[in-house]
Amino acid sequence: MLRLPDFDYYAPSTAEEAVRVAADHGPDAAYVAGGTDLYPNMKRRQQTPAVVVGLSRISALREITGEASSGLRIGAGVTLTRLAEDERVRAAYPSVAYAASTISTPLLRNMGTIGGNLLLDTRCNYYDQTYEWRKSIDFCMKRDGEICWVAPSSPKCWAVNSSDEAPLMVALDAKLRFVSPEGEREIPARELYGADGINYLTKRPDELLLDVCLPPANGWRAAYVKLRRRASFDFPVLGVAARVKTAADGTVEEATVVLGAVHPSPRIIEEAGAVLVGRKLTDEAIREAGEIAQHLARPLDNTDFLPHWRKQVVATHVGRALAGLR
Amino acid sequence: MGVSNGTPKDNGANGHGQTTEPVGRHPRGEGERSDSAVVGKPFVKVDSRSKVLGTMKFADDLTLPRMLHAKLLRSTEAHARIVSIDTTRAEALEGVYAVLTGRSMPITYGILPVSQDEHALCVDRVRYIGDPVAAVAAVDEETAEAACRAIDVVYERLTAIDSVKTALETPEPRIHDYGEEGNIHKRVDLEFGNVDEALASSHHVREDLFFYEGNTHLPLEQHASLAEWHPDGKVTLWSSTQTPHYVHRALAKVLELPPSRVRVVAIPNGGGFGGKSDIFNHEIVVAKLAMVTGRPVKICLTREEVFYCHRGRHPVLMRFRTGVDERGRILGMHSQTYIDGGAYGSYGVASTFYTGALQTVTYHVDRYKFDSVRCFTNKPPCGPKRGHGTPQPRFGLEVQIDKIAADLGLDPIEVRKQNLVEPHSMTANWLRVGSMGLGPCIDKVVEGSDWYSKFRKLPYGRGVGLACGSYLSGAGLPIYWNDMPHSGVQIKLDRSGGVAVFCGATDIGQGSDSVLAFIVADVLGIDPVDIRVVCGDTDLTPVDLGSYSSRVTLMMGNAAIEAAERARAPLAEAVSKKLSIPRSRLVFGGNRVFDAENPETGVTFAEAVQFAETSIGTIGSTGSYKPPRAPGRYKGAGVGPSPAYSYSAAVAEVDVDPETGLVAVERIWIAHDIGRSINPTLVMGQVEGSVYMGLGEALMEAMEYRGNRGVVHKFPSMLEYKSPTTMEMCDVVTYLIEDPDPNGPYGAKEVGQGPLLPIMPAVANAVFDAVGVRVDEVPISAEKVLKAILAKAEGKDGRYGPAKTPAVEWHEPHRVPPPWEGGDGRAIDDPKHMPVPLADPSGHRYKHDMSGD
Repeated sequence: MLRLPDFDYYAPSTAEEAVRVAADHGPDAAYVAGGTDLYPNMKRRQQTPAVVVGLSRISALREITGEASSGLRIGAGVTLTRLAEDERVRAAYPSVAYAASTISTPLLRNMGTIGGNLLLDTRCNYYDQTYEWRKSIDFCMKRDGEICWVAPSSPKCWAVNSSDEAPLMVALDAKLRFVSPEGEREIPARELYGADGINYLTKRPDELLLDVCLPPANGWRAAYVKLRRRASFDFPVLGVAARVKTAADGTVEEATVVLGAVHPSPRIIEEAGAVLVGRKLTDEAIREAGEIAQHLARPLDNTDFLPHWRKQVVATHVGRALAGLR
Repeated sequence: MGVSNGTPKDNGANGHGQTTEPVGRHPRGEGERSDSAVVGKPFVKVDSRSKVLGTMKFADDLTLPRMLHAKLLRSTEAHARIVSIDTTRAEALEGVYAVLTGRSMPITYGILPVSQDEHALCVDRVRYIGDPVAAVAAVDEETAEAACRAIDVVYERLTAIDSVKTALETPEPRIHDYGEEGNIHKRVDLEFGNVDEALASSHHVREDLFFYEGNTHLPLEQHASLAEWHPDGKVTLWSSTQTPHYVHRALAKVLELPPSRVRVVAIPNGGGFGGKSDIFNHEIVVAKLAMVTGRPVKICLTREEVFYCHRGRHPVLMRFRTGVDERGRILGMHSQTYIDGGAYGSYGVASTFYTGALQTVTYHVDRYKFDSVRCFTNKPPCGPKRGHGTPQPRFGLEVQIDKIAADLGLDPIEVRKQNLVEPHSMTANWLRVGSMGLGPCIDKVVEGSDWYSKFRKLPYGRGVGLACGSYLSGAGLPIYWNDMPHSGVQIKLDRSGGVAVFCGATDIGQGSDSVLAFIVADVLGIDPVDIRVVCGDTDLTPVDLGSYSSRVTLMMGNAAIEAAERARAPLAEAVSKKLSIPRSRLVFGGNRVFDAENPETGVTFAEAVQFAETSIGTIGSTGSYKPPRAPGRYKGAGVGPSPAYSYSAAVAEVDVDPETGLVAVERIWIAHDIGRSINPTLVMGQVEGSVYMGLGEALMEAMEYRGNRGVVHKFPSMLEYKSPTTMEMCDVVTYLIEDPDPNGPYGAKEVGQGPLLPIMPAVANAVFDAVGVRVDEVPISAEKVLKAILAKAEGKDGRYGPAKTPAVEWHEPHRVPPPWEGGDGRAIDDPKHMPVPLADPSGHRYKHDMSGD
């Protein structure tokens, strides 16, 4: 089997201690929650932290607090299984629970956490490979190499943000709370994700995600649609998160459409949201929003399916997400 | 959603019953035979408990004291000359016991005698990314892995070949210095009757091109092997292999040891599907490392390495020209196949013939021409995967028949039924067909699926499709030329009443150990749990050629019946004498031997053994089986013959999303002509497993390489090599058609591979019924379906598929007259060819029963 490289493992019981251990080791340290992403990456030598700081003993990270009316706070260490099954989440934020239920497999959802999913390393068919495989193509710029094989003339990395919850958190305008030796700070989900596959997060490596604050559940509704080849196991090749706020007569007052899994970050398609405002969610309005999103989507050849096809079906999936909100 | 089963067992039109004469090789009763107490009953598998409880020992579970761990360094170049290998740094690492390169094992091997083209470790050339270059034995896997990374290899890159087209256009550099010419490994040109003439006189001729992408076995168990060197100069290899006998031969050859000092033990495989039928580099390497270090050495491949071992489905481009009369009866067929073989020969020569050989066994083809070319490319070698070379042309044939029916405005079911090969007949290419239950199979799935209320009647987006298939119950010839038995069974009876059965067959999950126990138990009238099965051990068991070509139940089963009958004879003799009952009245049943006329009078089975042992000494017996000689005498006639052919028909119902092209298979009805079930539960398991594997091939599985990135495998992992999960598995309704075959044990035929064959074309035909477009390729992926739908909407041809075939200079074919045209089974350019005068020169096409040959 593939073997892990050597590393030192710490298992702190408080966030403060975790942050201190990580800060002591600087760039050599990595946090691990469920380990469903980090450990396979380490086996393939995509990441080789000398120090791994385990978060599973920090009970504070596993709490879900607050009320839907004022906003729910979800600890970064809450597992995806629990997120999918939690009654408060299902009642007030069904799209969040649904998205969690689509991630990977039941076994991996029992280990994987909401924090891990939101901070998921970007993915690419040229990057998520063993060391020997990557050596055979002389590596890529995300690790050990110079070039982006997806777009060889590109100066930047095009690895894809493949989180199912990230586009939703962006659509919902959720806020994420981080802690570091310098104290706590809040980063809106809309500002968390970077523009390229290497610098895919705006947070510093030593900052630890404490929780996600969902906005009060009043007057808006959201939906998530996931496209993938198989109904289990697979990462999305397209994710559509949509959030609308409508007047009593159904006229759209606010609308946000976010595409996931087609760019290095979840992308708000402003024009698609704008075209819906002031109108009802008619077939015509939905079609227009879908076409705008399809026009702006830029899937590349770094996931399952052909990129051309992934672009071709964007309008359909945006339409299905919006139609679910009528 | 789950798997639902229909009628568990359904007798066909010629169903076997107690009132009919037994067909097939039945045990001869000592007198009036009691009904089968075991055969035909759903007994639990002999190894099911250990598998369910997780106590079954697979090869990677084995450990020995002082055992070392091996790792292979594999090529990072697709095609290159090895300039140098420096192992100095690796050897210096603490914990490293040995480092090997190709020079240590210069002798070549390969599964076929005509393709001895592999080295245990590459000597001066690497031929695909993943080709093993060096090996390390170390104290643990981590150290072995670190040592592999410390080996410095300098390569001189050569032009890499990524497809049949490139191979044909690039004769130099040659990947191998043998074969036909350039990078053509094998070419076949055969003609059975004048096909051009048949096509010219046909009412309608259709020409179609199809492409079938390569895919791999994906067994859950990764290949693993453990070797031990004994101080007395003997080596033992425990391995997850389907073919211990062939591994035994290759090990002796490469290690330069007398075969008598080599022992190969096949460990129960966690899935084979043909992927463990070759001799693999790692098997030879661990044996050599054990010899070099004097310690046991184990290797377990990573999933990525399993993809590189491959030997799976060949990518095949096909061109079929078929001529029919007004009613759709096939008058002539010309099939051409272009095969991407990958980097080594493997079973490729046989695979090449198989892309043509079985096209004639379901529907009568009056005249048949077959051209094929297999090329070497710089990819992991292709080989035998479930259906071996036949699913690709079967896909094309079954889709083309639907197209012909549509062209002529005929019912595709009726077209098939009119063309059915007669039972006990010969085909144009000299295959002897025995029992043939395809008609009842078709009837069963047509009825079960309510076909006629669905076909061309369901709403847009939903559709049904039907297809058929046939497969061998064991290859008629062994892999290396010899006249010895294909399967041997030995039985040892002991005084306790226990029975030990020895056979070289390997249980790869298909249940061969159980079948062996069931048959012997049935003949001896005892309980299967009283039987100890010893299998797949070249020291202990008589040779069985291996678990491939769906041969085990038929061949091992016949050998087991013979051995069990012979073991029973001295018992009957002794009991007869002891109880003064004529042998003809003795019955073996219920763990007893008793008088048929006075059932209370008898002895226990153990007592019978004791009487016999007292009378004549230790009781043991042997049985063996060799298939009947095939009638074909032309070059290539060795591929295709079988003692019996199984038949299957399937209906698929699909749901196609016209906006995305995504296809969901909702349900499959499948009927399989099994001859007779030795165990109906195991038979249905094989049918359902075949459906599952077929769905993967039909919808998504593809061994893809990046030709523009050094021919690297696109994604050798179980996450990104897409194979269905339980969520994609459809409901399955299975029907077993029991029409016993004269050559099968109890009339049994194969089930391990045949039921896969109709799945892919049934899905393709159903997609056409659903959305009116043809995807003439496998897999039928969403991209292709959507492209065809959009093309059709624009008024273009609603088809996705290959448009042309590469240029090949075909040779003049070997011409072999079909049986009904005065043939003698030889090619006319064979000096021994003697035309046979036709008894009936009019040669009615449906009367050519040659079974008396």
